[in-house]
Amino acid sequence: MKQCNIRNFSIIAHIDHGKSTLADRLLDQTGALTDREKTDQFLDKMELERERGITIKAQSVRLNYRADNGEDYILNLIDTPGHVDFNYEVSRSLSACEGALLVVDASQGVEAQTLANVYLAIDQNLEVFPVLNKIDLPSADPEAIKSEIEEVIGIDASEAVPASAKEGIGVHEILESIVAKFPPPEGDAEAPLKALVFDSWYDSYQGVIVLVRLKEGRLQKGDRIRFMASGKVYEVLKLGAFSPHMVEMKSLAAGEVGFVIAGIKSVQDAKVGDTITHEKKGAETPLPGFKEVKPMVFSGLYPIDTSDYDALRDAMEKLRLNDSSFSFEPENSVALGFGFRCGFLGLLHMEIIQERLEREFGIDLITTAPTVVYKVTDTKGNKFDVDSANKLPEVQHIETVEEPFILATIHVPNEFVGGVLALCEEKRGIQRELRYLSSNRVMVTYELPLNEIVLDFFDRLKSISRGYGSLDYEALDYRPSDLVRLNVMINGEVVDALSLIVHREKSQFRGRELVSKMKEFIPRQQFVVAIQAAIGNKVIARETVKALRKDVTAKCYGGDISRKRKLLEKQKEGKKRMKQVGSVELPQEAFLAILKVKE
Amino acid sequence: MTGLYFHIPFCLRKCPYCDFFSVEKNEGAVDAYGELLRKDLERAAANGWQGPVDTLFFGGGTPSLLAPGVVADLLQGVAKHFGLSAEAEISLEANPGTVDAQKLQGYRAAGVNRLSLGMQSLQPNLLAKLGRPHSVAESREAVRLARQAGFDNLSLDLMFALPGQSRTELENDLDALLEFEPEHLSCYGLTAETGTPLGEQVAGGKIVLPDEDLYAELFLRVDARLTAAGYRHYEISNFARPGYACRHNQGYWQRLPCLGLGAGAHSFVATGWGERRAVAADLDRYAENVTAGRDTAQTIETFDREGAMAEMLYLGLRTDRGVDAETFRAAFGVDLQMRYADAIARCDDMLVCEEGRWRFNIDGWLLFNTLLSHFL
Repeated sequence: MKQCNIRNFSIIAHIDHGKSTLADRLLDQTGALTDREKTDQFLDKMELERERGITIKAQSVRLNYRADNGEDYILNLIDTPGHVDFNYEVSRSLSACEGALLVVDASQGVEAQTLANVYLAIDQNLEVFPVLNKIDLPSADPEAIKSEIEEVIGIDASEAVPASAKEGIGVHEILESIVAKFPPPEGDAEAPLKALVFDSWYDSYQGVIVLVRLKEGRLQKGDRIRFMASGKVYEVLKLGAFSPHMVEMKSLAAGEVGFVIAGIKSVQDAKVGDTITHEKKGAETPLPGFKEVKPMVFSGLYPIDTSDYDALRDAMEKLRLNDSSFSFEPENSVALGFGFRCGFLGLLHMEIIQERLEREFGIDLITTAPTVVYKVTDTKGNKFDVDSANKLPEVQHIETVEEPFILATIHVPNEFVGGVLALCEEKRGIQRELRYLSSNRVMVTYELPLNEIVLDFFDRLKSISRGYGSLDYEALDYRPSDLVRLNVMINGEVVDALSLIVHREKSQFRGRELVSKMKEFIPRQQFVVAIQAAIGNKVIARETVKALRKDVTAKCYGGDISRKRKLLEKQKEGKKRMKQVGSVELPQEAFLAILKVKE
Repeated sequence: MTGLYFHIPFCLRKCPYCDFFSVEKNEGAVDAYGELLRKDLERAAANGWQGPVDTLFFGGGTPSLLAPGVVADLLQGVAKHFGLSAEAEISLEANPGTVDAQKLQGYRAAGVNRLSLGMQSLQPNLLAKLGRPHSVAESREAVRLARQAGFDNLSLDLMFALPGQSRTELENDLDALLEFEPEHLSCYGLTAETGTPLGEQVAGGKIVLPDEDLYAELFLRVDARLTAAGYRHYEISNFARPGYACRHNQGYWQRLPCLGLGAGAHSFVATGWGERRAVAADLDRYAENVTAGRDTAQTIETFDREGAMAEMLYLGLRTDRGVDAETFRAAFGVDLQMRYADAIARCDDMLVCEEGRWRFNIDGWLLFNTLLSHFL
């Protein structure tokens, strides 16, 4: 196919604004799917993604399209993950494209995440073309949204296509716009090979499948290739494209998008953003933009049933095959036994991994409160990173602690601004900007400590803004801060898994809030349970769970005996989901009390 | 010791808290059911169930819906097919609203020597809360008539921890009950069983039962009052004057053999480590099986040694006699204290050992399920 008949594009949209539905309609109209395959949202492969309505792994699909001008085109749709945790992946997917469809809900307008991704696209010189989706809804106000797009993003929205992916309205116009508005790829097929890796995943039959966009050169089956960042060398065993099923091809040339299979054992060796070139006569410099993705958030994952430890490790190894941004190493907790300290890109990433471990591998987990990475200097001048509250030295041994700050961009309807500002102030935020995007939509920019974000910021933002607030953030820098370790004691014993690093000024409040939340989650037991929060030796908050007073079956005669005894056995089985700390049984929820939304 | 239990699954109407098997009575059905029981009795005898019967219990449902003649027939059947010990305890549960002088005299004449009256409360407002189909006056009259008919082993049922029940209301009920000078009292804390109308109302927040602290307080009050009045608190919910503890029910807690007949009845077979059998709670199926001369019960549980050990504790620890260490060793060849050292420790001072018997104290009884689960 001639380069001028290729279009590489992404779809940028806020969650629920209809990206997946639109992608399906495009597949549909270009005849990529058989009727049987027209299940909704073909591109969102994972059950979890489907349930949450978000895309976690990018997919790409090659569509054959005969345009109204009679010419045949290849349209490569490169899907992007839709969440703040996956910013880097989004930027790599976008740099595989020349154009991006900006899908905006015709009644809700531009959201923070959309804006962040549009800016990424504009930064990469992509042509951005707006689509007003859900035009069929009575609340749709296309003219207002058009002017919002022009005002907020600064692109021309006069030709925006009104569409309803759900009803199939405007899909043809969108396909024509892709052909007409997006530029074809450039790049010399005869130059040394430069192929951008924009996604990779592990397949148990074929090893790692790498999605690439050829920027320069040509790639053929049998070629010896080198990943310029990892330095690993492989032979191309198979290459081709997804349309949407895997179709093998003999070669890929500059401008094209496709997959490469080369007997790669781990995604660590084919990282997103890496450049593939030939082993011999390769390119001198890689494509720009490669970054080692570092986990931002850490938490402990422990099997509730200690005998699941090996199964948990195996499951995490399997997940890591597909996710180079997820890390784990063994960790030991007095309260929880053997488990793992895991690193994630962010909170959503953490939740996804946790849910997959529980759902796909059937392992019941306790997750400890997430922490960020602190930079600590002790009194002897040693500098080190701390990713767990238990690794923070005692106060007297600390010279300085620095914590990571982020720049948060929040979009919120006018009426909720007050609440959002109060939340940001409470979270030790420093306001950078407050801008009206339109008469009733506001963009708030704050510098915030990441550790305040990982606790309950997002849930609180959602609840304050009744779900209308959206958040995006990027890392800023590390700043010195007065941080202390808050310990929780159950009947006098410190429960290491519950320790937190908090700002000293917040410690009183956090301590009180934590123990009172825990009180709600700890059922009455045979003995009185004292829950205390302490800094060092100083107890700052205390709650008591009264001893259980009554748990008795009044009647037990002939017909009751088996049934009621089995009920007891079942209840006892249920209690195995609790963690024994001393003589106290703590339910899973107690370990997450700190994360619970303040009403 | 062998027990026999007849389940009479008919009631005037179903009480909202009850999860026993019973249906609303319809004319003719009760008599026909009596006939089925008689046949089933013959079949069980032919199948080799061994008498003589030492304790016999008509439970329900509402057994006092049976005509005295039917009761007499059944007892004659028992005597004929199994043999009935001279000292046999023969109990019948009666709803105060279903008895009159003639009926009570009839039961007594037929051989019933222990009457259990389900009066539940002697305050109209509480009876109404429980949805009981009888009045306070009927309860008083039933006691008088029972004594007149010659029942010298009378048990009365009380329910406490009722929705909104005050401490004074409980005291009043206890006063009234003690005035009758019954030989035996069963006092049940009201429980919201799943699948009952009460259970649904409690789950739906429409009815609030007393919290666990008040329940405990009321339970302790029942214990204190009745113990002071000379009753022995011999099982979590049962009190008796010396010599009047219900022998039939004690059989359940001691894992003694018992044949249960009638739809919804359970049996315990003491061969091996024990086996429990149940008759389906289905009147039509029961009629079919009896008419066809088939065994009406199915095995629901067969015990191994471990299971039998745990169950001896589960049942024995409900009683004030508890579990005798020697009996345990004789039955299972292991030392109770060593086998269950961890569970015993976890029960703390709520489990005591006196004269070789392990038993819960009153606080232990209040936490029976929690403590017992350490042993399971």
